[in-house]
Amino acid sequence: MIAFTLNGRPTTVEADPGTPLLWVLRDQLQLTGTKYGCGIAQCGACTVHLDGRAVRSCVTPVSMVSGKRVTTIEGIGETPVGRAIQRAWQEVDVPQCGYCQSGQIMVAAALLAEHPRPSEAQIVAAMDGILCRCGTYNRIRKAILEAAAGGA
Amino acid sequence: MISLNELQRPARRKFLRDLAVLGGGLVIGFRLPEKGGRAWAVEEAAAGAAKVYPPNAFIRIAPDDSVTLIVNKSEMGQGVYTSLPMLINEELDAPWERIRIEPAPVAAVYNHTQFGLQLTGGSTSVSSSWEQLRGVGASARILLVQAAAQRWGVPATACKAENGRIFHPDGRTSLSYGEVAEEAGKLPLPNEVPLKDPKDFKWIGKSLKRLDTPEKITGKAVFGIDVRLPDMVTVLVARSHVFGGKLKRFDATETLKVPGVVGVYEVPTGVAVAANGFWPAKTARDLLQTEWDEGEGAALSTAKLREEYFALARTPGAVACRDGDVAAGLKAAVKTVRAEYEVPYLAHAPMEPLNVTVDLRPDHCTIWTGTQSQTLDRMAAATAAGLQPEEVEIYTTYLGGGFGRRANPHADFVTEAVQVAKAVGRPVQVIWTREDDLRGGYYRPMWVDVIEAAIGKGGKPVAWKHTIVGQSIMEGTPMAAAMIKDGVDASSVEGAANLPYFIPNIQVELHSPKHPVPVQWWRSVGHSHTAFVVETMIDELAHLARQDPVKFRLSLLPRTSRHRAVLQLAAQKAGWGKTKPAPGHAFGVAVHESFGSVVAEVAEVSLENGQVRVYRVVAAVDCGRVINPDGVVQQIEGGIVYGLAAALHGEITLEGGRPVQSNFHDYPILRHSEMPRVEVYLVPSEAPPSGVGEPGTPPIAPAVANALFALTGKRVRRLPFARENLA
Repeated sequence: MIAFTLNGRPTTVEADPGTPLLWVLRDQLQLTGTKYGCGIAQCGACTVHLDGRAVRSCVTPVSMVSGKRVTTIEGIGETPVGRAIQRAWQEVDVPQCGYCQSGQIMVAAALLAEHPRPSEAQIVAAMDGILCRCGTYNRIRKAILEAAAGGA
Repeated sequence: MISLNELQRPARRKFLRDLAVLGGGLVIGFRLPEKGGRAWAVEEAAAGAAKVYPPNAFIRIAPDDSVTLIVNKSEMGQGVYTSLPMLINEELDAPWERIRIEPAPVAAVYNHTQFGLQLTGGSTSVSSSWEQLRGVGASARILLVQAAAQRWGVPATACKAENGRIFHPDGRTSLSYGEVAEEAGKLPLPNEVPLKDPKDFKWIGKSLKRLDTPEKITGKAVFGIDVRLPDMVTVLVARSHVFGGKLKRFDATETLKVPGVVGVYEVPTGVAVAANGFWPAKTARDLLQTEWDEGEGAALSTAKLREEYFALARTPGAVACRDGDVAAGLKAAVKTVRAEYEVPYLAHAPMEPLNVTVDLRPDHCTIWTGTQSQTLDRMAAATAAGLQPEEVEIYTTYLGGGFGRRANPHADFVTEAVQVAKAVGRPVQVIWTREDDLRGGYYRPMWVDVIEAAIGKGGKPVAWKHTIVGQSIMEGTPMAAAMIKDGVDASSVEGAANLPYFIPNIQVELHSPKHPVPVQWWRSVGHSHTAFVVETMIDELAHLARQDPVKFRLSLLPRTSRHRAVLQLAAQKAGWGKTKPAPGHAFGVAVHESFGSVVAEVAEVSLENGQVRVYRVVAAVDCGRVINPDGVVQQIEGGIVYGLAAALHGEITLEGGRPVQSNFHDYPILRHSEMPRVEVYLVPSEAPPSGVGEPGTPPIAPAVANALFALTGKRVRRLPFARENLA
């Protein structure tokens, strides 16, 4: 039995401790907003927050989240930074297919929480590991700057 | 907001089935216009319980004024859940914020107006719906007005409809669409459906926000991989690593010991490992021992294919195009150049790996998947399940990228999933891992091209002989009869056999070798290689003639060519010939027509430690009339990124019959840090709309290659650039 806080709510799961958090979220807790893209921490589609820090849930064993706070795309809108990011995403009309966007938003939210006024270089450095096949990168950059300017 | 989520949840299945199959009283079917006239086909369906009117195949208006538009094209990022509703609503004129979207089920009424199948592809969603969906909206509006007029006892011609209401001639009284929808649904269809004069367009031509964004930024959007059925198991299939390989035997002893494993089943494509969730399925499949009869495919390697293709290129092929006398032209030339080109197999690599969810019952099969090709999938699923096509339902989820892969003419991933469901005997979700997806074939073919070209006195091209070698995509598909003529697959030579430039002596020949590597259309299909070779060779001829590449192209384009304005706009916006590129930077240009649209791109490029760096891309686009300008910009941006990722890094190579690459570490796609600034300019046009999903892709590789030549004096004739030593 592994206990942790998920999107602000106490949660317990029965799982093999080595199971990646991604599959506990998707298959056991039915939170499908966090996506599988590569399984080897190469694309970032599975990014969630662990105690506020962006981690790749596809390579994070569920045993590691015991006693910690996990935030997913389903819960990020409850934070001021998450809300600001989602508003900016909507304003700039960022997504195309949308599959990578949970990961993009989670990393952007972690970035803004740490650096409320990031430089372009900081944005690129933080976002570089999050792959998008549709080519939304410039809009992501624009939306992060807008969210930052909006006083997230 | 969109009701897609609701639609895709299993709890709603029965409701949906009633609505979509049993119908809501009357279903309006739309057929292709025959000889210029618009033919409406009306079919009576069994009376249903759904209280939504008019019970039209594309529009449902409920008494509460909610408007549901049914979209018959798959949303894979290209924006059809916004652009197609815009077409309907331009004529329907309902309040935009009341509009909800539902994906269409599979039914003939939803067939593509040109292909005769339910299919999303060929950059045709808007162009093929342009007349149809405006007609749909207009006929609904006419019926709503008639219903209101009848209720008031006034002539319909004296009433008008606007923004979801019908107005009485007195100018004061009005009724909402929802208030008369039920009566409107009972009226006979109008014979004449006049469409608006474009000068009166209210929405077309305006940038509207995408209707799917709210779901896609909150994790609520349901992709195929997100479908959850109560009794479902997750299945991973162990397939042959060599194309065409057959299973000899397997040993599942260790596999079956993994907790959560439900069973292991032999299926036509290999061995299916079913488990409660992805992780146990993956863990268990990793432990499976398999032995394969690899067949002739095991002998394949990229090196051998190159050898074979270059040898073939020296022999005469099927003639795809002949104009003038190319041999005489080459003989009379002042300067000639012969160049060999090579581009690799490419995987589509959509961010969402392939997956299919199947609930197979003795008399019914329900499939949830992100597909671009519902009709063919349904037929193949019916065959695999031993059912009639009508007994197969397909619910199209959001697609986490398609790029052509999700329109498989053999319905490969759907067929397999049905076979798996049959073997497992309960609802299954078959998931392809990223490795399965990249190694699963259906690649953009590897191509070898050889061009011999010549310029005469005055620096004008006088001869152009182009030989193309690569597998046919259409061979063996239902499209073969229409696409392959006299040994020439039109998709192999598109963009090469129809040059926009005036060259008096041209010959284009094609070899289509057969190999077990499955190939398929990949964003922009044949243009993905022909634009590269044609536009870099034209650039080469411009330099041979000591002319500016833009002016050289303009001198070869007829006065009426749409390429001219596009090329000039891109050049002007990029500062071509006016602004000197920054030190260590260079410009390159390319222009190419595909899917009815012409796109020119100017790339500003430098080299950093021998690596190609693209700073800025200026694109100009003529895609006819623009429906949603920002949507077009998104597609051109996306097309450039897709083409640039391939040009910089993309290649699938084969060794011992196996694809070498397996995941994003060795099949890299473009990253944030590699993203150029992109500017997109649209050429104003009143011509009917043409494609935008694919035409942004072809010009980027040659534009970058031409910039690299300007920078280094080296001609890059092989992709990806990462393979070349450019330092």
